[in-house]
Amino acid sequence: MTALLQILFDALSLGSLYALGALGIALIFGVMRLVNFAHGDYIAFCVFAMLWPSIDAAAIVFAGNLPTVILVPFILAVGAGLSVLSEIVVFRRFRNANPATMMIASFALGFVIKYFLLMLYSSRPKSIDLWSNLTRQIEIAGARIPPLQVITIGVTIVILIALTAFLKRTRFGLEMRAAAENFTMARMLGVRANRVIMLAFAVSGMLAAAVGLILVTQTGTVDIQMGANLMLVAFVATVIGGLGSLPGAVLAGYLIGAATVIMQVVLPPDARPFRDAFVYGAVIVMLIWRPNGLFASRAAKQRV
Amino acid sequence: MSLLSVENISVRYGQLTALRKASIKVDEGETLFVTGPNGAGKSTLLKAIAGAVAPREGFIRFAGRQIAGRAPEDIARLGFSMVPEGRDVFGGLTIEENLRLGAGMRADKDQAAKDLEQVYSVFPILRDRKDRQAGVLSGGQQQMLAIGRALMAGPRLIAIDEPSLGLAPKVIDDVYATLVRLRDSRGLTLLIVEQSATRASLTGGRMVLMRSGGVALEGDARELVRGDALRQAYFGYGEH
Ligand SMILES: Nc1ncnc2c1ncn2[C@@H]1O[C@H](COP(=O)(O)OP(=O)(O)OP(=O)(O)O)[C@@H](O)[C@H]1O
Ligand SMILES: [Mg+2]
Repeated sequence: MTALLQILFDALSLGSLYALGALGIALIFGVMRLVNFAHGDYIAFCVFAMLWPSIDAAAIVFAGNLPTVILVPFILAVGAGLSVLSEIVVFRRFRNANPATMMIASFALGFVIKYFLLMLYSSRPKSIDLWSNLTRQIEIAGARIPPLQVITIGVTIVILIALTAFLKRTRFGLEMRAAAENFTMARMLGVRANRVIMLAFAVSGMLAAAVGLILVTQTGTVDIQMGANLMLVAFVATVIGGLGSLPGAVLAGYLIGAATVIMQVVLPPDARPFRDAFVYGAVIVMLIWRPNGLFASRAAKQRV
Repeated sequence: MSLLSVENISVRYGQLTALRKASIKVDEGETLFVTGPNGAGKSTLLKAIAGAVAPREGFIRFAGRQIAGRAPEDIARLGFSMVPEGRDVFGGLTIEENLRLGAGMRADKDQAAKDLEQVYSVFPILRDRKDRQAGVLSGGQQQMLAIGRALMAGPRLIAIDEPSLGLAPKVIDDVYATLVRLRDSRGLTLLIVEQSATRASLTGGRMVLMRSGGVALEGDARELVRGDALRQAYFGYGEH
């Protein structure tokens, strides 16, 4: 029972991170058929925004010293700003290019961001102490659970509810869903392409920032590569979910999180180092079974 | 001056020339039917006006503005409303969301609410299913929704690509009756791609016949249908 509770919390909190990452990618894919590989670098950028530029191993905290109620909106704004800026400076120019070209552009942008950070902060991982008391474990029904896990799960649920309300209840949300399904038709009804796309980038950037905050609290280290692994998993999750489907991306994020945690527990100790191979093996089987993902979106289907 | 005038526009899809120097004019409050064989370029003409494809040459004026090459949303905001060939309803949105989206750019919310009532009274089936996903509608019902959505924009001109497609004769009558009523009461201008010359002559208005990307013949719909010129022009060089 206790062990089960522990697994459940581990799976849900890891899945939450993956779900938030996948959502950030699926949102952009929905409105412009772009798989934005720079998303992982947005995550790192948001975290580095808390530090003064320096090449020392010990981080010199800058914005990270702000009170939480200011720090969180600040980092979210950094994520939104960077994401919108990359749309204006880079992606807008490739709007009618083919998807492969856009994808390459996003890789290139990712490298630019990475090397920008490298220049200012060096490649050495730095330790940072942000809300570290949240990682101290507390006991719930005998299971030892860090409050951060509970907060991660709670925050993710709040974000998912807020995003759903935004998409379902507001005019911008309606426009965004329409644009994701059939961009040209939406524009022929007066939906402003640039505004919808910028909004999608802003939301996506805020999701990257949220992921960054959770990650850095969990690990206590700041690293240029910190978004890379998550980005890969999130990308896989959007594919499994059915590219462009937001509920699919979230569900697949949780599935991969759960699969990872469960493999960690059930695999014999000798096989555990190869856990990810088993997880991705399951992904391959899943894609053979449903090549278009769990929820192939209407728009993606039309294009295939 | 005409509400819409298209002058010598050409459109190419890769190697294929779909429109070559096509020209039409539509006056405020009138009805222009566009007919012609498959592949003549009728749908392309509408798409070019709507801004969905860019013409390589020529001019398009709508509501006093030069619109060739402008963004679709800007053209829509001038009062050009389109029902495209594939209907293009948003299957993942509910029926009412589709209609609300059509009215999204309007400032006159009161009139928009009245228009919604009107759309529902013309197409009661849409009201019955208003909270269902539009993707579950039958083809004919989707056509009704696409027409209703275009009307919700409160347009000055509505362009419909083959309104009769997939609709029962009774519903076609209703659609045309509504369009004519709006034309006569509100000065709505109609630009309709219609394969049925009979339907065009019943409704009345002007008609152009397109062939191989250009306008081959132009005149009053009733007169054209009565005479033989239409059939000859339709099929080519009078070999029939
Ligand atoms: N997206 C496209 N890509 C390439 N060629 C196209 C495209 N759309 C149309 N065409 C070509 O352009 C020409 C004109 O097509 P268009 O759809 O305008 O004809 P139409 O008069 O509407 O025909 P129909 O009566 O069958 O609807 C056709 O030869 C068609 O094959
Ligand atoms: Mg056509």
